[in-house]
Amino acid sequence: MPEETRIITRRLRERPDDSWTMAGATAGGTYEVLRDVLRVGDPADVQEQVRLSGLRGRGGAGFPTATKWSFLPEGVYPRYLVVNADEGEPSTFKDRMLIERDPHQLVEGIAVSSFALGCNLAFVYLRGEFGLGYDRLMAAIADARSAGLLGTNIQGSGFDLDIIVHRGAGAYICGEETALIESLEGERGMPRIRPPFPAVAGLYAKPTVVNNVETVSTVPHIVRMGGEEYARLGRDRSTGTRIFSVSGNVVRPGNYEVELGMTFRELIDGLAGGVPDGRAIKFFIPGGASSQWLVGIDEHLDAPLDMDFVQQNFGVMLGSGAVMVFDETVDPVLVAWRLAKFFAHESCGKCTPCREGTGWIEKVLYRMSHGEGRPEDLDLLVSVGGSISPGVVNAPFAQTTICPLGPSAVSAVASLNRYFRDEIEARLGVGVAS
Amino acid sequence: MSFFDEQHLARARETVARYPQAKSAILPLAHLAQDQHGWLSPEAIAEIAELTGTTPADVLGTCSFYTMYKRRPCGRLLVSVCTNVTCLVTGGPEVLEHLEDRYALEDDITVEEVECLAACGNAPAMQVNYEFHESLTPSGAEAIVEEYRRGDRTARTISGAPVDA
Repeated sequence: MPEETRIITRRLRERPDDSWTMAGATAGGTYEVLRDVLRVGDPADVQEQVRLSGLRGRGGAGFPTATKWSFLPEGVYPRYLVVNADEGEPSTFKDRMLIERDPHQLVEGIAVSSFALGCNLAFVYLRGEFGLGYDRLMAAIADARSAGLLGTNIQGSGFDLDIIVHRGAGAYICGEETALIESLEGERGMPRIRPPFPAVAGLYAKPTVVNNVETVSTVPHIVRMGGEEYARLGRDRSTGTRIFSVSGNVVRPGNYEVELGMTFRELIDGLAGGVPDGRAIKFFIPGGASSQWLVGIDEHLDAPLDMDFVQQNFGVMLGSGAVMVFDETVDPVLVAWRLAKFFAHESCGKCTPCREGTGWIEKVLYRMSHGEGRPEDLDLLVSVGGSISPGVVNAPFAQTTICPLGPSAVSAVASLNRYFRDEIEARLGVGVAS
Repeated sequence: MSFFDEQHLARARETVARYPQAKSAILPLAHLAQDQHGWLSPEAIAEIAELTGTTPADVLGTCSFYTMYKRRPCGRLLVSVCTNVTCLVTGGPEVLEHLEDRYALEDDITVEEVECLAACGNAPAMQVNYEFHESLTPSGAEAIVEEYRRGDRTARTISGAPVDA
């Protein structure tokens, strides 16, 4: 039986009744790393430990965190750390858990990271719908301030830090880092053209690092364990642990923190209990709604949870760590339609191929999944998808849009085309004389 | 100045002062306006513009992008039902349809379909004024809404802030 490896979920699992309170957090060791780091006073060492750990962003893109940090230009202040807590990738529910149930871990991560980066003002862009998460994060920040762990001259170190929690207001696109920055500045959440990258000119045109909640929550543990020790966990360049949100047709849906390198089968069948009632997995989405799909064959189920392996071998991504499992009773065209409806709704409208294309994909998938499909529909979808992501059928593909939302909407189309073309053509009556 | 009451005005000014640039306060002030008033009215937009040194067109231009801002009056209880893929295969659309039918003629309750709420571990899910309710059935969801209605549960504001006792 596979097991979890709990690093960032250890405290919230061990202390289900008070993990979010200052008492519960400190009893579990929170803020010890921050105190040590401030006593030693060596920001470069924190950066070095993060580099040695091999930590890669847990929000979706998987970019090496230390590399992102290293892009901040020297000597330019103020600079900002922005925590991306706008969790909205369909079927991802790990950050909400970390915020609601271990907000002090996040606050410590923000403080340690800000110290390493030389930030005196940090922001948490929190999904607006997270009512309880907002309450608990605000309480944690207030308690940390009272305890002298935030504010001016923290623990006599000379380091100052204030945290502003900025609630979003219902826009998935604000999880994209430049749209998030726009939203923080009081604008519509529309992605910016890069360059300049946020590290050079981000929030208020100042150097800015945007990191995901899980990424930032991991930083104190890396410092505590030492970067090299952390890097011993995992597989190749996918080091450490990640939280996978498993949902859909499984016996025990939920968040599981596992060492990278575990297989999909161990995660889905072992930890999540597999598909109920002895049914088979028809397909699964391995990394959030933006990812292309995998299907219930041994080659896919026995693949390791390794960001590079799945990308290189199957053209899919681990993305936000959301694994959606669908059994043989589920119509893949219906799932594709609902995802297309999501992307059409959430397209910000800035780039024409996405604004127009997502709407057309949704309309065509609607009729296909509601008994009104036409023989040419799958080819039509591939054509429209190709206007957003040229070469969509063979990932990796190009994009005609500023941000990845448009191409994400094409992932389901590409997956239908790759795995379910025969089934769909039979339903649409392709090749049948009319 | 006439929209915000004294207490909310003080919080609005504090919020504006915290940000390096005042325009950043548009989103939090729009939430604050809904906390007080139940929706984002033209009067609220005008006052947010004044407080943030922008124009009403700027504020409306920003706020109209975001689904949480209600630019016409809505019910005292906002019931947001997820129908994204995990909820789709676990009964979310049935919950939505039941609540839409049940409350179609009730002014104090607004039922809306929303995108993934990050509650897929216990799908299907909904929120009532941004409080999570999970593992729902159609009748169970209705029972929860009725508990709010009767006052057996304390609802947050329409923008999700806790209501101080």
